[in-house]
Amino acid sequence: MSSLLNERSESQSFGLTGVLSRVHLDALLLLGLVVLLAVGLMVLYSAGGQDSGLIIRQLIRMGTAFIVLFLLAQVHPDRMRDAAYWLYGLGLILLLAVLVFGHEGKGAQRWLDLGFFRFQPSELMKLAVPLLVAAFLAERPLPPTALRLIIGLMIIVLPSLLIAKQPDLGTSLLIASSGLIVLFLSGIRWRIIFGFITLSASALPVLWYVMHAYQRQRVLTFLNPESDPLGSGYHIIQSKIAIGSGGIFGQGWLEGTQSHLEFLPERSTDFIFAVIAEEFGLVGVGLLLFWYLLVAGRGLFIASQAQTSFARLLAGSISVTFLVYVFVNVGMVTGLLPVVGVPLPLVSYGGTSMVTLLAGFGILMSIHTHRRMMSP
Amino acid sequence: MPSRLALTDHFREGRLVNDRLIFSALFAVVLFTIVMIRLVVLQVMEYEYFDSLSAKNRVDIEALPPQRGLVFDRNGVVLAENIPTFSLEMIPEQVTDVDVTLDELAELLAIAEEDMVDLKQQIKRQRRFNRVVIRQRLTEKEVAILSVNRHRFPGVDVVGRLIRYYPHGSLFAHAVGYVGRINERDQKTIDELNYKGTLQIGKTGIEKRYENILHGTVGHQKVETNVQGRVVRELESVASQAGDDLFLHLDINLQKVAATALGDYNGSVVALDPRTGGLLAMVSKPDFDPNEFVTGISRKNYAVLRDSLDRPLFDRALRGHYPPGSTLKPFVALAGLELDVVDEHSKTFDPGWFSLPGQDHRYRCWKKHGHGHVDLKTAIAQSCDVYFYDLAHALGIDRMHNFLDLFGFGQRTGIDLPSESKGLSPSRQWKRDHRNQAWFPGETLISGIGQGFNQTTPIQLAQATATLAMRGVNNPPQAVRARRQTGHEDMQLQGAMTTDSLPMEDSQNWETVIDSMVEVVHGTRGTARHIGKNLPFNVAGKTGTAQVFGIKQDEKYDADTLAKKLHDHALFIAFAPAEKPEFVVAIVVENGGSGSKTAAPIARKMIEQYFGIGPDE
Repeated sequence: MSSLLNERSESQSFGLTGVLSRVHLDALLLLGLVVLLAVGLMVLYSAGGQDSGLIIRQLIRMGTAFIVLFLLAQVHPDRMRDAAYWLYGLGLILLLAVLVFGHEGKGAQRWLDLGFFRFQPSELMKLAVPLLVAAFLAERPLPPTALRLIIGLMIIVLPSLLIAKQPDLGTSLLIASSGLIVLFLSGIRWRIIFGFITLSASALPVLWYVMHAYQRQRVLTFLNPESDPLGSGYHIIQSKIAIGSGGIFGQGWLEGTQSHLEFLPERSTDFIFAVIAEEFGLVGVGLLLFWYLLVAGRGLFIASQAQTSFARLLAGSISVTFLVYVFVNVGMVTGLLPVVGVPLPLVSYGGTSMVTLLAGFGILMSIHTHRRMMSP
Repeated sequence: MPSRLALTDHFREGRLVNDRLIFSALFAVVLFTIVMIRLVVLQVMEYEYFDSLSAKNRVDIEALPPQRGLVFDRNGVVLAENIPTFSLEMIPEQVTDVDVTLDELAELLAIAEEDMVDLKQQIKRQRRFNRVVIRQRLTEKEVAILSVNRHRFPGVDVVGRLIRYYPHGSLFAHAVGYVGRINERDQKTIDELNYKGTLQIGKTGIEKRYENILHGTVGHQKVETNVQGRVVRELESVASQAGDDLFLHLDINLQKVAATALGDYNGSVVALDPRTGGLLAMVSKPDFDPNEFVTGISRKNYAVLRDSLDRPLFDRALRGHYPPGSTLKPFVALAGLELDVVDEHSKTFDPGWFSLPGQDHRYRCWKKHGHGHVDLKTAIAQSCDVYFYDLAHALGIDRMHNFLDLFGFGQRTGIDLPSESKGLSPSRQWKRDHRNQAWFPGETLISGIGQGFNQTTPIQLAQATATLAMRGVNNPPQAVRARRQTGHEDMQLQGAMTTDSLPMEDSQNWETVIDSMVEVVHGTRGTARHIGKNLPFNVAGKTGTAQVFGIKQDEKYDADTLAKKLHDHALFIAFAPAEKPEFVVAIVVENGGSGSKTAAPIARKMIEQYFGIGPDE
């Protein structure tokens, strides 16, 4: 209760915070994001071989992403809930379109070429899936009944399968997890959760048994990339050397040898975390990870303060998914998890995921700043 | 109060979700703690290890390309081997300015401008830490020049490598084929990992068809390199596995005889062992030196080969389309016997021409005044056209087409070599589908003598002859006899033999046709009687002369006044011994004039070679 009062007095102040909240922006969250983006630009300058063109292109993307954030923050959460089914339906149609007319890039069909710009429908689904699951579950009292739980699962599985077919397994799993997080937050019983985990765990050996030998081999290299040093193992070996040689304090900005001698592949995109670890050491990455936790923590706080179940579920899912992205990327780069192409949120070079992430934060800000206008 | 109830629910729901939010936050802290522990392990506990790898020395992973399998002929003579050479290679990421370095090297080694353009494009396509080959097969002088100038080019190195070599040059250019640089199109079809460090890939012939067997499996070594990128020590390695060796049915001696006998003519010779389907000889002329392609042929030399009107790169044996001409007659005759349209004794009168009932167009026999009364044996021995006009007319195109189908006309033989053509065996259906026209009765007549729409490839003609020779047993042609794993003694046989036989109502029909083909070579008036002397066994054969140039009604073919390109193609098919065949040959000599004069003597020389008979004096 006390924090709620604090918020109220905060919003009535005439400082910068007050101005921001009047245009539906959350000052703390904004601060957290700006710091992350600034760190990202700094590292990118080093990782990209001090190419200012790269920085400018990334800045343009950030600008675009911030416009999206700002616009979404103005939309009342109730309107988002109304749009959930439409957005999801549109996303499904676009995913099907990608499978039929999609543009092939790097061996997978993910892009839809609309003439003036290219678009990845799976990015839309990253928001549409948690949005619809949250809207659907919040229609009835929580926790959901078994039937509604199953429908919720189907909402998640359908787009995930379509995206896995592209094939883009990494994104498919991330989208599935963003939906599953909503189910988890909606208070389904622990019994069901553990049952689900046990069931999928026990299905694995069966799956292993029916797989062909070459498929098993693929899974093994997927799980242990170092057995394949000419392929994906190359990334991991080089990335571990870069991280390890960073030590406690790092080699200093622009001083990382592994990244600068171009030993580390994809150092501006998926493996940028290794560059940070090499140049800023354990202290640097520790601070970065802590900062990620703070940003997500603010998101979770916003979720807990939300006034409808829909908003609570959606805000919670966006915040937790954000942390999942960070964990999957860092886990991959440090060799804890298999190599899946997931960028480090807000830091890696690249366009579409930046827009989607900031759009998510725009939703969070909208949820937080539209609270008082709702009737109690 | 309902509103109060709703409010309670709202609070309970809120608490429920909030509990889960708190749980999520705690779980996230746990996960991030695990990541931090991992980072402490890497950056604090294993710091020394990684630092030593990174600071002055660096770890590099190099692919160890496998040694390509060898190719041998049936006598164990090597047809494709690997020889050690030096090549000039570069790792772009270790070079300060790639363009400047390349220009300086081009000047030093006199590399043509247009070849440099290709190289620069290749470098742009590749990852910067992968090796690029600038030039292969350096001469000793070039190696010396480079060693002196080595200090000027960091990241550029002279490397010893095995490259493919074809010791018999052009002799097996089409059959064995050649390897060449892996290009963009190849890159899409190969397992990129297994080709790390491999420079060449089979482009044609055996080299292409058996690429997956010849190539082997890549190995790798983890090495420590110093700042200049030179290897300091090996950390671990997995050896590569060499590709399997291949043993072909091809016989180099027979191949030489065929190539020599064909002389300066363009054309093709295909010889088979009908008992196994084994490909004994396969010549396509003109040919070229496959060694030029191995290290990347220069643009200029390639243009010469590509633009030559004689098309030396074109494999005539598998892809050349030729009208079979009179070599089709034994098969048409067999159709007539089998479908009871004619028998051994039925006769046709040949006045020198044939006309369809109610039409006055005269389809001419090659012999101006005709052969008189001819039976089947005479018709084949003397290659009487009118007999076959009459027979074809009685059979009709569809029955003829269906019967020729059994012998594989108009179909791929399925030989284990790439890019075979289908040829064409026309039918009513085909003409409707492809020309959108009705079939004319006159077309049936000229189809009966192997002209008109009929197109066969030399391999197809040889295969059909083998099936005839074996009285219907059809062994698909096979180039590779066996494969052997490197370092092993035992061979694995390749290809499967069949015992399937064509369904034939009366097996005597085979003998009737084959007897008449023996008459071609040994009969007193046979069209190839000049090659039949002094042989210890009977040879069955059939000459053919295929028109390249349409001659108008009542016009005379005069070789002297026609340009060489318009001379008839000479064909000959044969097998020996006629009773128990071991050897089948099909010969096409482009613009060779007549099958009897140009093509048949080639068969004689090959039979002498194959059976070890002295030349006919």
